[in-house]
Amino acid sequence: MVAAQAGNRAAYSQLLREVTPFVRALLRRHCSHPQDIEEMVQETLLTLHRVRQTYDSKRPFSPWLGAIAARRGIDGLRRRLRVARYEVSAELAGYETFADPAANIDIEAVRAAGDIEELLQRLPPRQRAALEAVKLKEMSLAEASRVSGQSVGALKVNTHRALKALRALFQDVSK
Amino acid sequence: MQTEQLIERLTAQLEPVRVLRAPAWRALLWLMMVAAVSGALIMRFAPLPAILPRLAVPRIAVECVATALTAVTAIIAAFQLSVPDRSPRWLWLPLPPFLLWLAASGLGCLRNGLSLRGPNGFFGDSPHCFAFITCASVPLAVGLFWMLRRARPINALPVATAGTLGVAATAAFVLQFFHPFDVTVIDLALHLSAIGLVVLLGTAWRRPLLDASIEAGRVGTA
Repeated sequence: MVAAQAGNRAAYSQLLREVTPFVRALLRRHCSHPQDIEEMVQETLLTLHRVRQTYDSKRPFSPWLGAIAARRGIDGLRRRLRVARYEVSAELAGYETFADPAANIDIEAVRAAGDIEELLQRLPPRQRAALEAVKLKEMSLAEASRVSGQSVGALKVNTHRALKALRALFQDVSK
Repeated sequence: MQTEQLIERLTAQLEPVRVLRAPAWRALLWLMMVAAVSGALIMRFAPLPAILPRLAVPRIAVECVATALTAVTAIIAAFQLSVPDRSPRWLWLPLPPFLLWLAASGLGCLRNGLSLRGPNGFFGDSPHCFAFITCASVPLAVGLFWMLRRARPINALPVATAGTLGVAATAAFVLQFFHPFDVTVIDLALHLSAIGLVVLLGTAWRRPLLDASIEAGRVGTA
């Protein structure tokens, strides 16, 4: 290492090759995935290169290198946890209906819409008409009144009753 | 990229480096420079006739020494932590003097009967103290981070925490020579807020300030 600090490339190359198995063995304590271990090994070597001016020849080399490897191991572990929080591995994705999580959400939404349609059919006609016009088609009260033939006051009351009845129907279905 | 290829690239890029001196030596160098500048400023601008009799009071002397010790130990800890193979326990070194400083300041507040009003009203000179600690910390932090970044700390958070506590405590120590009256609760709260702000800003910008990003290494090898 002292020769490497002085710019001796042959010594540096030999050092990096000799320490790589040691670093790899240290990093196996943090991770068991070979690809991740190799990534951490490379980051350790990069860090060693960046901080080689901090090595004091009066002190042992292994703790200095071990501290760098441990730090990069912790960073690698944190990165893996971060990735695992937002991504699904290819193996796990096979259990979903579609590989793309958004597609699964969409298909669930389609199923839910079908269930709601069935429940809507069970509502009294005036309540269903009020709910469809005001909430589902998002018409203004005046427009909904013209289309449904109900007064604005009746629309408000029927929408409120429809939502209440729908909620009760949902609870019955979930039981 | 394969590890073997990375080794070849790193070897090809190898340049001789100047080995850093021991962390304790570098900390001593920084502290001596700051002591020289602070000493000159205190001698030139501080109201010494009002300050010196106060320093004979044991509680105030303890507060002053504890502040100085917090600064010294935090700076030593920052330099030690900037090197990979030093114990992370160095971070706890400034804690005892910091607690002593808080206790001595708290005792000062108690002596004032926990009065919220100092000789100059509710806030008194507290806003000036807040401004002094934050503003004086900036040049001190610039100098300190310039020295610390040469080590490119592998874990920047404890280095930045200890370093910023060190500069804020240094500023608070110098402030005591321009603060010839007992602290009130508001004073103490604003002193601590200023220190908190300095530590918060320093730790938030630790990666660019300390050149501690691994990404810089990637760019270097591209």
